[in-house]
Amino acid sequence: MSDEHVYLSLAEGHDDSDARWAFGTGFEDPLHGVDTAVPEGVDAAELAAHCLALGDDALVAAQRLAEWCTRAPELEEEVALANIGLDLLGQARLLYSRAGQVDGTGRDEDAYAYLRDPADFRNVRLAELPCGDFAFSMARLLVTSSWRLAVFERLARTAQDPVLAAIAAKGVNELTYHRQYAAEWTVRLGDGTEESHRRMRAGLEQTAPYLEELFTAAATCGADPAGVRHEVTAALRQVTEAAGLPAVEAEPLPGHGREGDRTEHLAPLLAELQGIARAHPGAVW
Amino acid sequence: MTTPNATVPAEGAQKPLQEHFDATIARDQRIEPRDWMPEGYRRTLVRQIAQHAHSEIIGMQPEGEWITRAPSLRRKAILFAKVQDEAGHGLYLYSAAETLGVDRADLTQRLIEGRQKYSSIFNYPTLSFADVGVIGWFVDGAAICNQVPLCRSSYGPYARAMVRICKEESFHQRQGYELLMTMMRGTEAQREMVQDAVDRWWWPSLMMFGPPDGDSPNSAASMAWKIKRHSNDELRRRFVDMTVPQADKLGVTLPDPELRWNPERGRHDFGTPDWSELQRVISGDGPCNSERMERRRSAHEEGAWVREAATAHAAKQAARAEEGAVA
Amino acid sequence: MSTTGDSTTRAEWPLYEVFVRGKRGLNHVHVGSLHAADDRMALTHARDLYTRRNEGVSIWVVRSEHITASTRDEKDPFFSPSADKVYRHPTFYDIPEDVPHI
Ligand SMILES: [Fe+2]
Ligand SMILES: [Fe+2]
Repeated sequence: MSDEHVYLSLAEGHDDSDARWAFGTGFEDPLHGVDTAVPEGVDAAELAAHCLALGDDALVAAQRLAEWCTRAPELEEEVALANIGLDLLGQARLLYSRAGQVDGTGRDEDAYAYLRDPADFRNVRLAELPCGDFAFSMARLLVTSSWRLAVFERLARTAQDPVLAAIAAKGVNELTYHRQYAAEWTVRLGDGTEESHRRMRAGLEQTAPYLEELFTAAATCGADPAGVRHEVTAALRQVTEAAGLPAVEAEPLPGHGREGDRTEHLAPLLAELQGIARAHPGAVW
Repeated sequence: MTTPNATVPAEGAQKPLQEHFDATIARDQRIEPRDWMPEGYRRTLVRQIAQHAHSEIIGMQPEGEWITRAPSLRRKAILFAKVQDEAGHGLYLYSAAETLGVDRADLTQRLIEGRQKYSSIFNYPTLSFADVGVIGWFVDGAAICNQVPLCRSSYGPYARAMVRICKEESFHQRQGYELLMTMMRGTEAQREMVQDAVDRWWWPSLMMFGPPDGDSPNSAASMAWKIKRHSNDELRRRFVDMTVPQADKLGVTLPDPELRWNPERGRHDFGTPDWSELQRVISGDGPCNSERMERRRSAHEEGAWVREAATAHAAKQAARAEEGAVA
Repeated sequence: MSTTGDSTTRAEWPLYEVFVRGKRGLNHVHVGSLHAADDRMALTHARDLYTRRNEGVSIWVVRSEHITASTRDEKDPFFSPSADKVYRHPTFYDIPEDVPHI
């Protein structure tokens, strides 16, 4: 076989269903073929707010995970962290698209990601804290994935909007993996060496003030907050016990990310995320 | 390190082994890990595969910087996935190298101590988002020219890794070219960004194929062993012939006044890259050499406590399991 | 083996071989190797690296050092028995019966 033939055969058949390529990077609208009409009895403004908030959580988290790129502790972890970041980025895109369909503005995903100011973002504040060391990143991932999984499992079953329910159902598989990955690392680091134990403990402690915010109705976007709290608390206890770490507890931080309260860290994150897009109005990418 | 040398049979016994090896190569069959192979073949492969693996890993850096800044979510996802693929390529290749009796940790150590090289192209800076497109088009395109023939390399694990990698590289080239096409349809400033990126990356991309054949000391042996299947100059010509019509379609100018179609030879004539620049970059004096190495070194060193913790936990778990079994 | 430091500061993860069943009806096929601290991590990494988390495929991982390789051909005059341990991961081998099926 000549080289040219090899190349041609390689170039063939790369449709968007190819699992090796990231979700949502093709040319098609990811919600293509889904009935996007808002069902009767659903409060469109509230639905849009939920999609936006959950989309912001995912986008900000993906941006933080992207900061690990070329800095991960091992090459295999490089691939794993990118997978998780890509999953969350995919979730953000679907949720933004849905927000644009139901809030009456017809905005696309990029309008939400690139053209809103920090004060307009509604993500929970835990998502925007800086990357920190690998232990903090795993602590945050453990908390946020356990929480998001609990929320998505409920939305997949109970959301009145079938599109949101479908997005949540797709996310459940991804988040189950994220939680497993983070839980395994939490146990390894908690149990591993003195240094890793100290770091893992510090990482979890750092997440603690931001926990309470996750268990409010505003944060869970329609999922039962008491059920979510119960499930997440149990999951965290199980993991910290296996890791030989104390339970995660602290005075909650006042304010709420869903109401627009921000830490100092979101503005620089968004400046980096939005800089090029905003520097070229009218450009197409 | 245990080297195969220690176990190579004495002179007399080696001759039939060598003949068998030569016959396998002559029949265009693959050499597999447990086959006897001449030490030079093994050493050449280790050097080439390691260098290739290092290039994939260091090559994540120039583009990785743009993931957090990508100007649309779709581009962000594409770039994130692409850079992740490169980490995967590095892993496939280290895996192939490890079939030759070397350790990935040792190869990494050799890289960060500057004792093993990576492709010179990754020592150039990325200055605008158009560079992401041009790297996909030129650098991944050049990688395809280099690597498609390597799918038939005589060493089985290397050839198989290349098949896997080439499948993904064609995505990489396509996404780059597609980004550039989109940008060329955009604003005047975007078109200027694209042309500027083309101007900066063209010559370094031609240098990716290595020095001219006359100055490429290892090439002849690699070709005889069918580790490599085409010479540097031949691959460079193929790349130029493949790229020129793509540049026309895109509407950019390749920065080479000598570049023109030669109907008699049925291919393009083109200018000579500045080989002294390649020499400088290879010997460590490129614009970003120290930055790239520093990043790789710090990631490796700062990750040490994580890797140690995982090992310690695994050891504790194993001990606990044993205790449990005894009790 | 080590080129730097003492063994306590250089905790390397052992090598695992990865086998993937691409779809139902097919055998598991050797796809390559990776490093992991323990079996669970090896599975997670295998899924991330060799299947990009494509659900529905089945993965086996096994520590490379636990693989017993057949000799290519006992009567093969070219086979050099002492080379057996030199290359650490044989490509031709019988898969032991007790590899866990996931
Ligand atoms: Fe690559
Ligand atoms: Fe590539």
